[in-house]
Amino acid sequence: MNASSTLRIPVLSARFLPVWRRNLLVWRKLAVASILGNIADPLLYMLALGYGIGSFIGEVNGMPYVAFIGTGMVCQSAMFTASFEGMYSAFSRMHMQRTWEAIINAPIGLDDVVLAEWIWCATKAVMSTAAILLVLLALGFGHTWHALWLLPLGFVVGLCFGAFGLVMNALAPSYDFFTYFFTLVLTPMLLFSGVYFPVEQMPAWLAHIANALPLKHAIDMARPLMLGRAPADIPLHVAVLAAYAAAAYYIALVLTRRRLLK
Amino acid sequence: MLRVDGLRKRYGDAEVVRDLGFSIARGECFALLGPNGAGKTTTLRCCLGLIDPDGGSIELCGRPVPEAAREARVRVGVVPQMDSLDPDFSVTENLVVYGGYFRLPRQVIDARIPRLLEFAGLAAKAQAQIRTLSGGMKRRLMLARALVNDPELLILDEPTTGLDPQARHLIWDGLRQLLSQGKTILLTTHFMDEAERLANRLAVIDHGSLIACDTPRALLVAHVEPEVVEVYGDEARAWAQAHGRALSVRLELAGDTAFCYASDAAPLLADLATRSGLRYLHRPANLEDLFIKLTGRELRD
Repeated sequence: MNASSTLRIPVLSARFLPVWRRNLLVWRKLAVASILGNIADPLLYMLALGYGIGSFIGEVNGMPYVAFIGTGMVCQSAMFTASFEGMYSAFSRMHMQRTWEAIINAPIGLDDVVLAEWIWCATKAVMSTAAILLVLLALGFGHTWHALWLLPLGFVVGLCFGAFGLVMNALAPSYDFFTYFFTLVLTPMLLFSGVYFPVEQMPAWLAHIANALPLKHAIDMARPLMLGRAPADIPLHVAVLAAYAAAAYYIALVLTRRRLLK
Repeated sequence: MLRVDGLRKRYGDAEVVRDLGFSIARGECFALLGPNGAGKTTTLRCCLGLIDPDGGSIELCGRPVPEAAREARVRVGVVPQMDSLDPDFSVTENLVVYGGYFRLPRQVIDARIPRLLEFAGLAAKAQAQIRTLSGGMKRRLMLARALVNDPELLILDEPTTGLDPQARHLIWDGLRQLLSQGKTILLTTHFMDEAERLANRLAVIDHGSLIACDTPRALLVAHVEPEVVEVYGDEARAWAQAHGRALSVRLELAGDTAFCYASDAAPLLADLATRSGLRYLHRPANLEDLFIKLTGRELRD
């Protein structure tokens, strides 16, 4: 495969469906463990920090701190779940199990496989979004129809970070490589996107940097939705998330073609 | 079923496939032989449309590749070199899920599964998990999986590498069964006995080029003397230099063994009968001799 053909535009076809369904079938066998694994961490943080630190803080931006951090955790878990799926799980399927190789010997293209993995990352992000949202609802927060918008929001966050994960996957020589992504991308994203405290609390220059982070734009939409209000600047937030997602997906696809179709 | 013409593929400065051409007729079993790194797998991947060649043309099941490779693969079954079974699925689930990639209706797949399991000798393992299968069973399941779309052409990349003799014979029996049903097979191997048992025609490739292509018998007649005497032992080298070379058409030394090729081995055998301390074996020439003659004795990696 020469350079120009690896750069060709992505093929988007319904052929991704059987590959996506394969991942769903595997997931069904391990569903309970998988959901617990995805939500245990954010849930513990939400409860410990939300009620612990929350008792000193009271309300932030018009919501109890536990709901404030809980809403952040919804977005965070979507981010982590999709990143994890795009890196570790995709790497298992691509490299360790050679599942992708088996699939592209059938009448399915590599573009179809990568598209399936991408949408699968977003699907899993929706699942963990839903799980944490249910906990928040049970705790008495977000009793508004607006809160249901967090599900499609989780999907978009999943597309964004799933694509980031797939870029890493295409470059990874081994599992250890993914540590860079946690240290260099996910941790800063977590600390400077307003998951734990409002970004407005930070110095102006830092707040500007935060504005470039995709997770910040997801959280800016999630918090008003939990309070039953329409967020401001929806087109801007959606555009930032979509641009990150589309660009990262294209890069992931080109790198994956270079890795496997040679 | 498959026609390859002037195929070229290079990686950087290395030309991996050079002007390769061959064609396979329906019902034939065609073997690609070559040492490690000869370009066998690259050739197969080009034929399947998984890599774009730098030159030449390929027609797979009547369709141009890579342009219509995906459509062509509907009628092809592939067993790659490395097992790629889904470890999270049972034996049956592996077949069902793989059938899904061909967009086959579930009833069609379900109807085929008992026959496929029977064929693979895995009827008793239908619900078994993949990790509980032996190497030979996994390989047979790979073969059954490649048949789930009832392909016309089966492409196998080193189908029995790493298997014990019993497991290899089972695979060979299976492949012969498929040939008798009229399927076409393209396989790569570096086992000469495998090529000898299965292939109607074979191509020897090395350094990406086709060296020879014909029926096994015709290749032997054309390239190798009919009789071989292998002489072993500490004195074999000295004997070969002093006497063996004169009595053979061609003589090769490898370690402590002398390979004497001749059209008539009687004079060699008469001489050897007078020597004590030398062990020897007289046999007809086989594909291994052909392979070594065409690709040399040095190690490839």
